[in-house]
Amino acid sequence: MTLTDYLYYIILPILAFSVLLIVYRFIKGPSIADKIIALDVLITTGIGIIGVYSIIHGRSTFLDTAMILALIAFLSTVAFSYYLEKRNRKK
Amino acid sequence: MSSVIIVILVTLGTLFVLLSAIGLVRMPDTYMRISVNTKAATLGVGLILVGTAVFFNDLSATSRSLVIILFVFLTAPVSAHLIGRASYFMGVKLWKGSVIDDLRGKYQRNSHVLKSEIDDTPGNNIDHTKNDDIIK
Repeated sequence: MTLTDYLYYIILPILAFSVLLIVYRFIKGPSIADKIIALDVLITTGIGIIGVYSIIHGRSTFLDTAMILALIAFLSTVAFSYYLEKRNRKK
Repeated sequence: MSSVIIVILVTLGTLFVLLSAIGLVRMPDTYMRISVNTKAATLGVGLILVGTAVFFNDLSATSRSLVIILFVFLTAPVSAHLIGRASYFMGVKLWKGSVIDDLRGKYQRNSHVLKSEIDDTPGNNIDHTKNDDIIK
């Protein structure tokens, strides 16, 4: 079993299963904070999946996409929490 | 030899990501979910990216993946702190089995100022054992 087969048939299904679990929490989540956490972890898992794909295909340009995803995850979490905190603040 | 190292790193990282997803589903409380995810998912993705850095073994790809690791490790605690603070202000309750709430009565409800001890204006403080204004 080569490295590509191992990554393709064992690692990627485990990562896909964890994405399914995170999406379950994203849909169910009791408060909106749970949904934001689930979104953050979803993008973080996406960075991991992009890393595994870049090993499988042998192309390092996929890592640029992972970098942009990391930036967007941080920015979206900060913006969401800023506005959630600001929503019920009175002068 | 290098493929053995890659297999070990990627497998460990995948196990950490899977454990963090299970923790996200199983934990009873928003704050525990924040705690489990900001540690386990970050460590898992960091291990996977170290695996890619070992695989490519040239300067441009390795520095790129190390920059991603540095960025994820720097920003995960900041975003976890911000979302935890916002959910405490929103009135997300702690789990009923939680033993202690160190912030009880120390945040001002309107000005969001953190006091170091419980002062004499208890109506203005955020107290999750009393207040009913839960905002969904």
